[in-house]
Amino acid sequence: MSASLEKGVRVLKEVIDAPIASYFNSCVHCGLCAEACLFYTETGDPKYTPIHKLEPMRRLYEQEYTALGRLKKLVGLSKAVTDAELAEWQELVYNSCTLCGRCSVVCPVGNDIVYMIRKFREGMSASGNAPEGIKGAANRTIKIGSPMGVKLPAVRAQMRHVEEDFGLPIPMDAEGAEYLVMLSSMEIMNFPEYLGAIAKIMHQAGKTWTLCSTAFEATNAGMQIGNSDLARVIVSRIVEGAEKLKVKTVISPECGHAYTALRWEGANLMGRPFGFKVRHIIEVLGEFQEQGLLKTEGFETDRLTFHDPCQLARRGGVIKQQRNLMNMVAKNFVEMPDAGFMNWCCGGGGGASAIEEGEELRMEAFKKKKSQFDTVKPDRVVTACANCRIVMEEGLEHYKMNLPVVGLTEMIADHLPNPVVTKPEGN
Amino acid sequence: MSELQFLTWVRGPGLDLAIGIFLMGVLWRLFEIYSLGRKKDLAEPRSVAGASGMSTVFRRSIPPAGMLKNSPVTYVAGYVFHVGLAIIVFFFAPHIKFFQSLLGVSWPGFPSQLIDFVAVLTIIAMLVLLFDRITKPVKRYLSTFQDWFTWALTFLPVLTGWMAVQHLLLPYTTMLALHILTVELLLIFLPFTKLFHAFTVFGSRWYSGAVNGHKGVAV
Repeated sequence: MSASLEKGVRVLKEVIDAPIASYFNSCVHCGLCAEACLFYTETGDPKYTPIHKLEPMRRLYEQEYTALGRLKKLVGLSKAVTDAELAEWQELVYNSCTLCGRCSVVCPVGNDIVYMIRKFREGMSASGNAPEGIKGAANRTIKIGSPMGVKLPAVRAQMRHVEEDFGLPIPMDAEGAEYLVMLSSMEIMNFPEYLGAIAKIMHQAGKTWTLCSTAFEATNAGMQIGNSDLARVIVSRIVEGAEKLKVKTVISPECGHAYTALRWEGANLMGRPFGFKVRHIIEVLGEFQEQGLLKTEGFETDRLTFHDPCQLARRGGVIKQQRNLMNMVAKNFVEMPDAGFMNWCCGGGGGASAIEEGEELRMEAFKKKKSQFDTVKPDRVVTACANCRIVMEEGLEHYKMNLPVVGLTEMIADHLPNPVVTKPEGN
Repeated sequence: MSELQFLTWVRGPGLDLAIGIFLMGVLWRLFEIYSLGRKKDLAEPRSVAGASGMSTVFRRSIPPAGMLKNSPVTYVAGYVFHVGLAIIVFFFAPHIKFFQSLLGVSWPGFPSQLIDFVAVLTIIAMLVLLFDRITKPVKRYLSTFQDWFTWALTFLPVLTGWMAVQHLLLPYTTMLALHILTVELLLIFLPFTKLFHAFTVFGSRWYSGAVNGHKGVAV
């Protein structure tokens, strides 16, 4: 057994818990999870059946944690997990799984399959079987500070542009602000409108907020790759920043996995509960709307639909807020089939969009999203995740569909009256 | 061994042995699985009505939106044979007498014509599911020896029981002895095969509901 395989097996043995044991023992091979997975429905290849993606981990569980399995191993009746097998499984555990969690909610015996995939990735990563693309993103986040290699000067440059365009100050390292606003590299590089939108919204709501110079990047490739040590380093930057600035709430940007990493995995990675709250920007906007702090003007009149990011809706429980917000600014909002809790993934979540060799398969899987669009024929698609947005833009381009994708936060901000310009004090 | 000796053995020592292995097996397997425990979730919980372990234990018995239409054979035949088995096992008068001799409690049964009808439906549903497993690429792909073996383990007691009542093929005594023997095989293998989902299904649904319920998601 190679050293890396040994490490992977050790890590897998550590992450196997009672839920996983219960899940493996409950599977009856009914195959219903396949019907919930866009990588199966769009390719028809049974190897993409979600529970099958866990086969090496299931065998290891049986061999290590059941009396019968140990006996079978002793007398040579069971097949050991090998390097070659794990290498073969890379495609199944990463390229063809976006951690969207649809399989978990259809399984009749209640197996949370995506919970198991997340844990399996810990072993895959430890044994050196994670894809180069996500590994690179994780390493850049650790070394440089962001998966796309964005550094603080780039953020400062964006801040200056936004301050000039909107005439609103963008606070940095403001101690005692109520909200710490996190960004994703995608928003810094590709969708700078987001920062301007935040400035406008906070201004109108009369809330204090800040960016943090030591923690501006919210995405967590460490979690996607399945390396809790890296994930912890990335999360701890944000925790330290939030504690240093004494903020009440940290706002996750329009990025599904950043939200999961901070909101649900963060405290567990740190090993202690947070002294601050974590909210997705859509939850914060929902609160502002309820409190009457968002006073929008006018409506979008073209046909709009909303793509639910999996980590926000099915895996995160935020489903109503985005719909209330849409209805506040859109006259012609139509839902796609399966919208909300059962929505279909864009095909690029969970780090999949960073895997170059997975692109062809991703485009196949995107046919599911395409068919949803074809059903409702929207003029534009609104979403709340920069990664969904870029993945859908790629897919739409591939299928030559002329369908703009926009972020919900910016759309809301567009309907706020322009602020009375107060020149930002020189910085 | 005469027919009568065979029947006496399966009703006596055979039954004791099978029930013993079944009970010890179930207890051991439950311990083996659930003693692994899990870590406490430190994330700030979000409380939502209907998002809990217990609600998922019940809710997951109903197909999620769109799934029934997507996989009607699996769902319909699945329901028929599960409910059918429960009715036959617990509401056939001779079975109730058996439970009474074992546990000392009794309850009213269903008319034998109804049980006959349910048994036929159950047999048909199981044959349909076997055919589906052979012909559907996903099920075929997932299937191992265990899937065929446990199908037979479940099917044989139903078939032999029905045939005994109908006096088909073999003398009643022999068929009854075979029926009891196949039930004993089922009991012996249940804790150590995928049939153990009869117990873990509750734990699995509960964990799923609790882990996601912590996040305020009613799964």
